[in-house]
This record gives sequence, C-alpha cells and structure tokens, in this order.
Amino acid sequence: MAERITRDDVAKVAQLARLALTDDELDTFTGQLAAVLEHAEDVAALDLADVAPTAHPLQLGNVLRPDVVGPTLDRDEVLAAAPSAEDGRFRVPTILGEAP
Amino acid sequence: MGESFISAREVAAGVRAGEWTARHVADEHLAAVAERDGEIHAFLHVDPDAVRAAADRIDAAVAAGDDPGPLAGVPVALKDNLCTRGVPTTCASRILEGWRPPYDATVVERLVAAGAVVVGKTNLDEFAMGSSTENSAFGPTRNPLDPSRVPGGSSGGSAAAVAAGFAPLALGSDTGGSIRQPAALCGVVGLKPTYGRVSRHGLVAFASSLDQIGPFTRSVADAALALDVIGGHDPLDATSSPSPQPDHLAAVDSGVDGLRVGVLSEMLDMDGVAPEVVARVREAAEALAAAGAEVVEVSVPAVIYGLSAYYLIAPAEASSNLARFDGVRYGLRVDAPTTNEMMVATRTRGFGPEVKRRIMLGTYALSAGYYDAFYGQAQRVRTLIARDFAAAYERVDVLLSPTSPTTAFAFGDKTADPLTMYLNDVCTIPSNLSGDPAISVPFGTGGDDLPVGVQVMGPALAETDLLRTAAVLEGAAP
Amino acid sequence: MTAPTAPTTIDSDEVFTVEAGGTTFELVCGLEVHAELATATKMFSGAPNRFGDEPNTNVDPVTLGLPGTLPVVNERAIELAIRFGLAVGAEIRPSVFARKNYFYPDMPKDFQISQYDQPIVVDGSIELPGGHVVGLERAHLEEDTGKSTHVGGDGRITGAEYSLVDYNRAGVPLLEIVSRPHVRTPEQARQYVAELRAVLVAAGVSDGKMEEGSLRVDANVSVRPVGTDALGTRCEIKNLNSLRSLGRAIEYEARRQADLIAAGERVEQQTRHWDEDSGRTSKMRSKEEADDYRYFPEPDLLPVTPDPAWIDAIGAALPPMPAARRRAVADAAGVVLPDETVALIVERGQDSQALDAITAGADAARVLVHVSQNLAGEGGASVAPDRLAALIALETSGALTATQAKAVLAEMVGSDATPEEIAAAKGFEAMDTGALEAMVDEVIAAHPDEWETFRTGDDKARGKLTGFFVGQVMRASRGQADGKAVTDLLRRRSGA
Repeated sequence: MAERITRDDVAKVAQLARLALTDDELDTFTGQLAAVLEHAEDVAALDLADVAPTAHPLQLGNVLRPDVVGPTLDRDEVLAAAPSAEDGRFRVPTILGEAP
Repeated sequence: MGESFISAREVAAGVRAGEWTARHVADEHLAAVAERDGEIHAFLHVDPDAVRAAADRIDAAVAAGDDPGPLAGVPVALKDNLCTRGVPTTCASRILEGWRPPYDATVVERLVAAGAVVVGKTNLDEFAMGSSTENSAFGPTRNPLDPSRVPGGSSGGSAAAVAAGFAPLALGSDTGGSIRQPAALCGVVGLKPTYGRVSRHGLVAFASSLDQIGPFTRSVADAALALDVIGGHDPLDATSSPSPQPDHLAAVDSGVDGLRVGVLSEMLDMDGVAPEVVARVREAAEALAAAGAEVVEVSVPAVIYGLSAYYLIAPAEASSNLARFDGVRYGLRVDAPTTNEMMVATRTRGFGPEVKRRIMLGTYALSAGYYDAFYGQAQRVRTLIARDFAAAYERVDVLLSPTSPTTAFAFGDKTADPLTMYLNDVCTIPSNLSGDPAISVPFGTGGDDLPVGVQVMGPALAETDLLRTAAVLEGAAP
Repeated sequence: MTAPTAPTTIDSDEVFTVEAGGTTFELVCGLEVHAELATATKMFSGAPNRFGDEPNTNVDPVTLGLPGTLPVVNERAIELAIRFGLAVGAEIRPSVFARKNYFYPDMPKDFQISQYDQPIVVDGSIELPGGHVVGLERAHLEEDTGKSTHVGGDGRITGAEYSLVDYNRAGVPLLEIVSRPHVRTPEQARQYVAELRAVLVAAGVSDGKMEEGSLRVDANVSVRPVGTDALGTRCEIKNLNSLRSLGRAIEYEARRQADLIAAGERVEQQTRHWDEDSGRTSKMRSKEEADDYRYFPEPDLLPVTPDPAWIDAIGAALPPMPAARRRAVADAAGVVLPDETVALIVERGQDSQALDAITAGADAARVLVHVSQNLAGEGGASVAPDRLAALIALETSGALTATQAKAVLAEMVGSDATPEEIAAAKGFEAMDTGALEAMVDEVIAAHPDEWETFRTGDDKARGKLTGFFVGQVMRASRGQADGKAVTDLLRRRSGA
C-alpha cells in the first residue's frame, strides 16, 4: 500500500510533468489527487500476485510494416505551423543540458 | 427544421436517388446551426463555404452518374480531437488553438470517401477529459433538450449536434464512456465499437489502450451504417483488428428471438445510480423478453473495481501522450529564456485544470516506486474484469445496464469535486478496460422528462448482437 | 516496470591497472553501442532513413510526433535485430516496446519508444581478434532522436543563444547493444568496438560509419582494487566519437577514479562527457539528478514474437562472422589463434582469397604473407586465388626468389598475364648454382677486409656483414640471386 500523496510528491510530479503550480494549486491538487488515490485503494489492496497484467485489450502480436518508403511532409507547411523556425529547422531557446 | 432531423440513411438515399441535392441538405443543416448553435455551442469550428463546396462536389458526382457512396451528402460532425487536414483541430485546448493538421484521420478519410459532408468540429472536454463538456477551454456545450443542463461528455458537442439536428451523424471518441454517456444524456444513440474495430489513426490520443472512435446517431440503423463505413482494418494503426467486418446494417433488424440477455446486477446496485434509471433498465429487459430474448440476471463481480483501475491507467497513458505538447513543433508557445522554462510556461498556460490534474495523477502512478502499486496493479485488475466478462459471455450473448447513473445534470453540479464527476463513468468504464463493444440507446425518461440511456454490452466484435438488441429497444421505447 | 538485472565480470588474461596512493586498481568496463540500422525507412513509419539530407525533409507525421499519429513497427528492423542476435550467438526473445518518458526538444513525442525489460536479443558474445571474449547482456530496438545545432556562443550547447532542431534522424531505428563488464583494457574496448562494427557490417545490420554517427559508443567505467570482487561505482562516459577517443577516455577515467579513491573520496555515479581536445572527462549530471523515466509498455504497439521459422530462415542466410572466418583461415593455414596476420586478412575481407589459394595447393605461410603484405593495396583483393597459387608454386619450387615473386605479384594486380609470363617479361630466370657460386666468390675477392671480419667476427658482426654480402651479390645479379641461397654459400665458404 502506497503512502498518502504529499504536497512534496505533487510538487515533484509537477516538475516531472513540466507544469508550474502556485501554492494554492499545489494545496488543491494534493487534496484532489489524494482523494482519487484513496478511492483507488480498493484496487491497491487486492491480492493479484497470480494475475497477469493486461497491457492491451487486443490479444494480437507481430503487427509489422514492410520497409517501404512512404510520403513525407512538406517542410514549409510543417515549419509554418511551428512557433519558431529558422534555416529549415525548429528554433528553441537555450537548452541547458545534454539529453539524458 | 424538418429535413435536418431525418436519418443519415434517408439523406443518403435521397441524394443518391436525386430526390434532393446534397447542397440542399447542407443548407438545411447549416441553417439549423446558424439558428441555434449560438445557444448550444456544439461546434468549435464551422466553415459554411467549405461545407457547401463539399456538398456541391457530391451533387456533381451524382449528376455525372457516379455513386458518391452510402453516406452521400450526409452531414457529419466530428469531435475536435479528430485530425482534419487543413482544418483547425484543437481538442478544446488552448495548447492546440489554431493548429491545422497536415493529414486526415483514417475515419475522416473513410467518411469522405463514402460521400459524407463534414459540417464542422465539435466541442469536447479538453483532450476528452471530462463527463460534461464543462472542461472545454472554449466554453461548455449546452444540452439541446434542456439548455440549463450539460450534454454529458467528453463528446458533448457531437451528442448535442445530433440531438439538435445539426447533423444526423457525428463521431466521438470513448475512453471511459465519452460517447455513451453524452448519448444517454442527449437522448441519442451512441456506439463504442470493440477496441481495434475502428482505426485510431488521427484521433488525438487520451489513453491509447482505451480510446475508441464511434458514432452518434438518432437511429440504431444509422449507427450500424456509420460503423460499416468507418470500421475495418487500417495498416496505420498497429492495434487495428484484422478481422473482416460483418455487414452491421444488414443485421440490425434481425430481432432478439432466442438471444440470451443478462442484466448486469452490480451496475444496478452501484452507489449513485438513480432509481428511475434502474427502472428503465428493468423495463428494457422486459421489452427484450417480450421480443423473444431469454433474460437472466448476471454478475460480473470485478466491474466494481473498474473506476479505480481506470483512474490509474487512463491518466498514466495520458501523462505520456500529452508530453508532446511542449511548444517546440506546433501549437502554443509561451516564450521563456530557456527551452525547459519555455516548456513549463507553455504547458502551464496551455492546459486547463482537469488536464493538469490527470497528467499529474498519471505521472505519479508511473513514477519510480509507485508503478507496481498503481499502474501495474490496475493492469491486473483489467485482467480480472476481462476474465469476469468472458465468464458472463459464456452464459449470455449481451449484457444490459444503465449507461449513466443519472439523467443530464445542471452546470456546476459536479465540478466542485473531481471524484463526483468521475463517478458518472462507473457503468461505461468496464467495457473500455475489457476492450469490448457497448452501445447506449435511449429508453424512456427519468426525472424532469430527460432521456435515460440503456447500455447494451457484448463480447469483442459482437457489434451485430448489440445493434439488433438496441434496435428492438429503440422500437419498444416508452 | 522492473529494470534489467546487473551483470557480473569475467577474467581476462590482460587487465589494465592504475597505481594510486600505494594501491593498484584494475579497470572494469562495459560498453553500450548504439547502431543505426540499415533500413530504408524509420523504426515506426515510412519516412526515409537517410543521412545527410536537407534538414526536416525526411519527416512524416509520425516522425514529428504530431497529435493523432501512431507507430507501426518496421519489419526489416526486427529482421536486422534478429540477424545481429544470431550473428553473436544470442537468444532471440519475444519483445515488448515501452515508453521512456523525458522532456527534450530533439525528441518529438517527449518520450522514446524503446524495448526495456523485454529486449529482442539476450545473452550473446563477441570474440575479439586478440582472443578475449566479451559477453553481451542484451540488444534492444529503439528510435533515434533528432539533432540540435547550437547557435551563438562557441557553438556548444552551453552558452548558445538558441538552438535549431532537425528531426531527420528522429525515428531512425537503433539497436542498443549492451556488453557485460568484460572489457578490462582500453585496447580491448577499441578491439570490441572494431569487432562489433565488423559483425554489424558483415551481417548487413548497419553501415557502421562512426563518422556519420551510425555507431555511437558510451563506456561504463569503474575501478576496484586488484584482488577484490565487488564492482566499484561506475561512471558513464559519453561523446566517444572515435576508437582513439574511446581508449583515451577509458584510461583517463580509470585514473581519475583511482585517484579519487586513493584520496579518500568516493566516486559519484555520474554521466560524464569526454572532451577530445583537453583529454578529460567532465560531469554532465549525477545519478541523483537523473530523470525518473516512468517506463510503461507502449500501448500503441503489440508484442513482437518472431516466428521460429522466420528466425531459422534469417540464420540460414547469415554469412559467416569475422571470428568464424578467422578460425577458418587459421585452420587452413595451420596457425594458432590469436594471430595478427589472420586477423588483418579477415578484417580486410581477403579471407576467401587466402583460403582459396591454400585450397588450390599453395604454401599457406606464403599465402598469408602475400595476402597480408603484398596484396593490401588497391586491387590486391581482386587477384584470383588460383593465380596467386600459381605464383607461390614458382616461388616454392625455386624458380623465383621471394623478391622476384613480390615483384611479379605487384604486376599481377590489374593484369591478366600469368605469373610465368610476367616473370619471363621481367627476365627473371633462376640462376644456376655454378653461376651463383662464381658470383659469390668474385664478391668475396673484391672485399677481403670485410670477408676477414665475417669469417672471424662474433654473431653480431656476421649478421651485419651477411646483409652486406647478400646486397653485393644482389646488385651483381640484378636481383636475380636467391638471398637464401647466397646466405648458405657464404656460410659454407667461411667454413662455419
């Protein structure tokens, strides 16, 4: 059984999800998430060690695509929809760190 | 408004036979929209010139002796989470305001190829997260049957469009009841097909393992026709079912003689299910028995865990699906000095509170240390539910239950506490978790003379059984 | 989802050690190699997989992660992963794609689709030319990211004013090949990557071009006091763009860690960046700062369980891998592995030339010498094995000297003439013994002082003067004398 979600948990989750919350929002969301998770305790309490998880309602597999080149998008159209573009590329502000 | 209330089948038959033009049909429906959508707000986007031009193309085809297809000239409303090439697709979110996809969803291609005329894009709860359409960033939709009440959600705009006579056919998406619940609240037919029956390519994902596209119509036969058009395998969706489609329309009138019908007992006993709704379900069962069905009461014990499992799985998938809205490639950007700050600012301003709530819930459910307790456990519950349904379907062909615990409620009634709103989906969620098909069909009314929807569920790919059961209920409705 | 389990080390004949503070530390290293697959299209869509095109031209809605798009697995990528697995003797397992969630502008969906706890390839090995065997823990399929260009500042990411993103590379199929920590010297690391590259190229899995980023290497480096078993805290080194960088970075990092421990500090688990110019690694971030990736099974994709018949067919069509080819050449030539000449011949892809020449009856030792040394240049590989065998036959029969044979072979590259014709054209005819003896005697008579020293001197002096006398005879005979025969005559004349 998981511990009740805390304000710090919510703050950490917001950071992971790239959302900024005000102090009031943090309080509100903490209470609301706790209520939903509390409702989910009926599920968390079930002993399902012997039950396989279902990731997918379809019992299919091996859906593969032939390695054949298909159409590409028009670059001008794509970049016209971008918030900022330059030199055929998407422009973003300074990136502070390397990719993980 | 006369002709704007005839069925899709009648519209198409008339257009194909040259009895009336698609242009005339389009004008009638556009007139209905112009007259009443200011109040209802079913649509987020309508381009009357484009609608007329599309109708003219159908008429030209007819004039040239071509058959435009089974939906010739049928006005169709599309939930605004279905991608339409060059036409704004917002998901009722600020973060996608003004975005015009460079491609069409498979269902849109199929509708247009069948002769349908797209009327416009309909309102929804932002990213399909909600049960009342109150979570739209662009204002709520009103229930055409009582504008002081919600149309349900999240496909409230599509349900309202069909109920208001703006289109005989609309498409919605159903992740936990988002087609069936608004159909019930607006008094129309709403079908959630089997997971994989209809391609999700071009549906902006909410919860990928639960989402399914389906039709809203004013008749069961129209729902069958719509499924015949939009269903079937699509190589662009790896989860699309390869099974060939039966002719659903042909099966609609085959009756229920000998069909085994189970009344799902747990769903009559659930907290919050209104007595008049339970009464309508029991009357529906009697009507089916009178039509020759064998009716029994059936228990599917695990369905009581559906809501909890759903509110772990759906937000988890959503938290990942909605990560891409980061201000880099399309949609809203809120400027900031660094990319990370820009992403945070964009998402913080772009998403509404319900979307943020679910993203955080899902992020938490997937985060290190909690995966097994939440997401993993919910996936196991999913197995339980599928197993219990499968056991029930050894005894009966279809199951009967309420669609929504209540009739349409007033604006603001359930917005104070998210959990109260979530409980609206308690009867519809289990079918999404099992991936099985379900349909809501209007059957009488509850308090305040508002419609009650009865839900018919069945095993995977048993849409024909659902449709013929629903057709009998349609004919027997009080 | 459960993370993959930690592997264990194995012994190696050679272990790189570093002394620090009176303790000897040994290197333990594992390598992660990302190989771009040689497919026509991307991992999950039909956009072209092509290097060097104009930015953002090889993109379709799936590549850009546009709302509503869905991934569909490239069959060829599965096939290539299976090929690789079979080439390294691994097990092919049913696999599941998962989502690795983190925000980064070069990743269009802000998650990467990657196989996590159920990879397609498990438990193989790579045998290095030097004989050391490196175990492979796993190889899994995933999609590549786009590429950012940093504008302003010094063109590096930090200090840039802004960045520009090109998604051409986004979605390119990658095979991430994870070795066990069996790499124990910087040289083994270089050999491992070179050998892995050879396997990937031989199996047609990847073009293996490090300079185009088709092959990218990260090294997990740790040290521990010699004689201990527990693994030390490791650091992951990134930006290793060449084999040279790889070896230097591992050596630097091992030294850095050993110095830290010797100074009483602890090695922090970090991701570190190799800077080729300064020859140092520097911290990118610590493990504590690492993102929580929130892996979960990709709901848009179904498990991939390759049909055993398909796997068998792929295996049957697989060409032999470098280690097997080295073994074949060594067996035919009667050489014991590891052998540098054999490794070189296989690396250059001239093993069938050598093998066929040996099969045609040529002396194996001469075949290895000629193929590895005299046919290394342009066109050398095209000399037909039977012609090479014919040349070697002339050489071993004494009709041609080694020097002459080399000269004839050089002419045979790019010519259809037989070795005999070329030899005749060059005037190479074996000297009869009498003529050679007369010539040797003349040379001795012309250099009495040298001869005296040769006769009475120590081994060193004799060795030096053997070269002198052979050279004189060669000059007198215009290269037609057999050096070995001259040496024998000199020895006999000196009475030794």
